[in-house]
Amino acid sequence: MDADQRDALQARVREAMEAHTPLCLTGSGSKAFLGNPVRGEPLSLAGHRGILSYEPTELVVTARAGTPLAELEAVLAAEGQHLPFEPPRFGPGATLGGTVASGLCGPRRPWSGSVRDHVLGVTVLTGKGDILHFGGEVMKNVAGYDVARLMCGAFGTLGILLDISLKVLPRAEASETRVLECAADAALDTLRRLGGESLPLTGAAHVDGCLYLRLEGSEATVAETARRLGGETLDEADSFWTALREQTHPFFAGEAPLWRLSLPPAAPLPVHDEPLLLDWGGAQRWLRSFRPADAIRAGAEALGGHATAFRQRPQDVDAFHPLPMAARQLHLRLKEVFDPQGLFNYGCLYPDL
Amino acid sequence: MTQSLHERNRAALARALRRILPSEAVLTEKEDLRPFECDGLSAYRALPLIAVLPETVEQVQAILELCQVNEVPVVARGAGTGLSGGALPHREGVLLSLARFNRILEIDAANRTATVQPGVTNLAVSEAAAVHGLFYAPDPSSQIACTLGGNVAENSGGVHCLKYGLTVHNVLGIEMLTMEGERLRLGGQALDGPGYDLLAVMHGSEGLLGIVTEVTLRLLPRPPTIQVLLAAFDSIPAAGEAVARIIGAGIVPAGLELMDNPSLRAAEDYVHAGYPTEAAAILLCELDGCEAEVAAQTERVRALLQAAGASEVRVARDDEERARFWAGRKAAFPAVGRLAPDYYCMDGTIPRKRLAEVLERIAALSEEYGLPVANVFHAGDGNLHPLILYDANRPGELRKAEEFGGRILEICVEVGGTITGEHGVGREKIDQMCVQFDADELRYFHALKKAFDPDGLLNPGKAIPTLHRCAEFGAMHVHRGRLPHPELERF
Ligand SMILES: Cc1cc2nc3c(=O)[nH]c(=O)nc-3n(C[C@H](O)[C@H](O)[C@H](O)COP(=O)(O)OP(=O)(O)OC[C@H]3O[C@@H](n4cnc5c(N)ncnc54)[C@H](O)[C@@H]3O)c2cc1C
Repeated sequence: MDADQRDALQARVREAMEAHTPLCLTGSGSKAFLGNPVRGEPLSLAGHRGILSYEPTELVVTARAGTPLAELEAVLAAEGQHLPFEPPRFGPGATLGGTVASGLCGPRRPWSGSVRDHVLGVTVLTGKGDILHFGGEVMKNVAGYDVARLMCGAFGTLGILLDISLKVLPRAEASETRVLECAADAALDTLRRLGGESLPLTGAAHVDGCLYLRLEGSEATVAETARRLGGETLDEADSFWTALREQTHPFFAGEAPLWRLSLPPAAPLPVHDEPLLLDWGGAQRWLRSFRPADAIRAGAEALGGHATAFRQRPQDVDAFHPLPMAARQLHLRLKEVFDPQGLFNYGCLYPDL
Repeated sequence: MTQSLHERNRAALARALRRILPSEAVLTEKEDLRPFECDGLSAYRALPLIAVLPETVEQVQAILELCQVNEVPVVARGAGTGLSGGALPHREGVLLSLARFNRILEIDAANRTATVQPGVTNLAVSEAAAVHGLFYAPDPSSQIACTLGGNVAENSGGVHCLKYGLTVHNVLGIEMLTMEGERLRLGGQALDGPGYDLLAVMHGSEGLLGIVTEVTLRLLPRPPTIQVLLAAFDSIPAAGEAVARIIGAGIVPAGLELMDNPSLRAAEDYVHAGYPTEAAAILLCELDGCEAEVAAQTERVRALLQAAGASEVRVARDDEERARFWAGRKAAFPAVGRLAPDYYCMDGTIPRKRLAEVLERIAALSEEYGLPVANVFHAGDGNLHPLILYDANRPGELRKAEEFGGRILEICVEVGGTITGEHGVGREKIDQMCVQFDADELRYFHALKKAFDPDGLLNPGKAIPTLHRCAEFGAMHVHRGRLPHPELERF
């Protein structure tokens, strides 16, 4: 099943250049709902797959971008390691490439770092048909501009990821989740207080009147901290965090547009009485709201953050938070560098990217 | 004739700059420019046409606009502690010192962030955050002097980066100016921003893409318990093996540093840290966190070190002994500096598993060049700092040291590593960039630079070599037959 399709993909891109055919890049399609709609001929990247190297003592894995996340994570788990940023899959076939291109992280993100924090190097196929390599397989590397990290969260609009090297880490020995009953404002107060202490916290979410705190570390530390935090131990904690990460938790069901707010963690709660789920210790908030996009975005901006229309996006609303002029200009120029014909996922991130 | 043109340019530009800045903030006299002529890599020196010391972002903006219109190169400078000639002035350009941007704007304890001006020193942030029980994790050895603007521009690391990450992992946002004078905010106090990750690109961009005018940093709670182990080894491969075993056992130390015999002896002579001077190498392993966690890990690490063949393992009994263990490591550079009139500090990163092999090859080269080498480095992440000892007063010896250094970097690339882990390319390693990247990749780098700075006025001639330069370097190298694998365009 593993296959190296770089030559075929390069040939396909060269054809597209020749014929000016826009391409819609897809892995397994698990995250196709994200971003703005893309018109173009579908180009599947799922066939370019397979783990190229993995040495647990080096804490580095290199794999082709089409490698299923499930397969990669299973190989890491067999060695007691994992992708620390806990990426959501949003579907059984989710690929590594889609994970890096969308830059999404799970509940551990504030403590572990993001996808881009763990990307060490990439091989990328640009919209000019060039195959380039940036970064490497070592932990520290400041030679040249950090193009590898630029590719993270770019939704494929700067190039097709072919191979990706990631830093991996050991999984913790023990894990326990405590549940504390409290309202959202009290939860934020608690989180603010806990944030100043050195705790083995790796998850902090508030939903339906309960604050969920996940602790990970050695048996002794987790047990001691759990006692200190109080509350109840959550049974089946894994399924709670998985449901949160995969958005299968009941909060995510229903028709109201789902907004993702990325804010300073201690930002005050909104005055509107709308369903709100706090994740990332308050730094990522999920909002169900029919209010106008502009109002939601202005609110997020006023608090020092930004808002993404994540699911059930209303018509005529851009998925991503609009950029100020100067930043937009830079985005357009970078697109020009990596994909001057606008072949890749044109419009997915912003209208003319 | 050229001289007078140079002087005329200087006078005209100074006049225009004095309309933006107070007179005392525009330096044109040789003796005033002298302090800016080099950074921490003093082998490269040049006087700028003019140096300016602005205090407000609006002034910087006006300076950039003026230079943009007049096509004058601009080189930013923080504290000038860089080790690759990144802040080396341009003879026809303006040296833009950010030294007066030295205010900590806000420590936000609730959000655990610090917002600072770019000229604030690294250590000052942790000092200001200490009252809240917080600290800023990246800690370059130069932390009392180096600035956050320089840290961002170099993506600096430190002893604690193994666990806490580099500058790029600890900066939440910046405000910057482009050469065209556009003011941009990238990120902020939230954990991500919309659009492309320009914040990541700015890290390690060595002052070529924009001027950093404000930095928002992530602060962390101080770990309540810290422990340090010191292990002695009879051979370097055994020490390397111990590093692999600790990491392989799922332990992420806060720091894991290796010193070879020449450097540990020099350090011992200098600060009397109590190091075992007969050891081929010592490892220092710092563990931090909750008390129970640290106690458990200390025992595991002790056992791992012994199993890897350590001839001696010491666990610091108290804070004083812990400080003593570190004192030698922290003083290693100046200590080695006492062994010879000059030293040249290299900065390659390699996969950890190639450690012993690469150190052996460096030792062989040391004999070939007749220049001693001391090794002291961040073993946990494979970041080597070979210190080449030489005497600049002996004719030709600096060149020999540089050539030796270049060959070490080429070995790093050959084994799958990089020519610079944290010090940057700057002026120094510009030729070795040709070994690590092929022509296509360099072309994209130049194009990326152009997206930020269309006229190429920010820090020209640094970080990314021209293709022409690489062609010449390649030809020269193959001709001399020194490139280990000339057929290898890159790793
Ligand atoms: C004794 C010693 C020990 C060191 N130890 C370490 C270490 O452990 N780890 C490590 O990583 N480094 C280390 N260094 C290297 C150096 O301290 C770092 O690279 C540091 O980040 C440089 O900061 P600076 O303020 O001195 O920058 P400078 O040397 O002034 O400038 C460095 C680069 O940044 C650019 N720059 C500066 N300010 C700005 C700005 N505001 N906007 C845009 N560009 C800017 C300059 O143009 C230049 O290219 C050490 C240096 C010395 C002398």
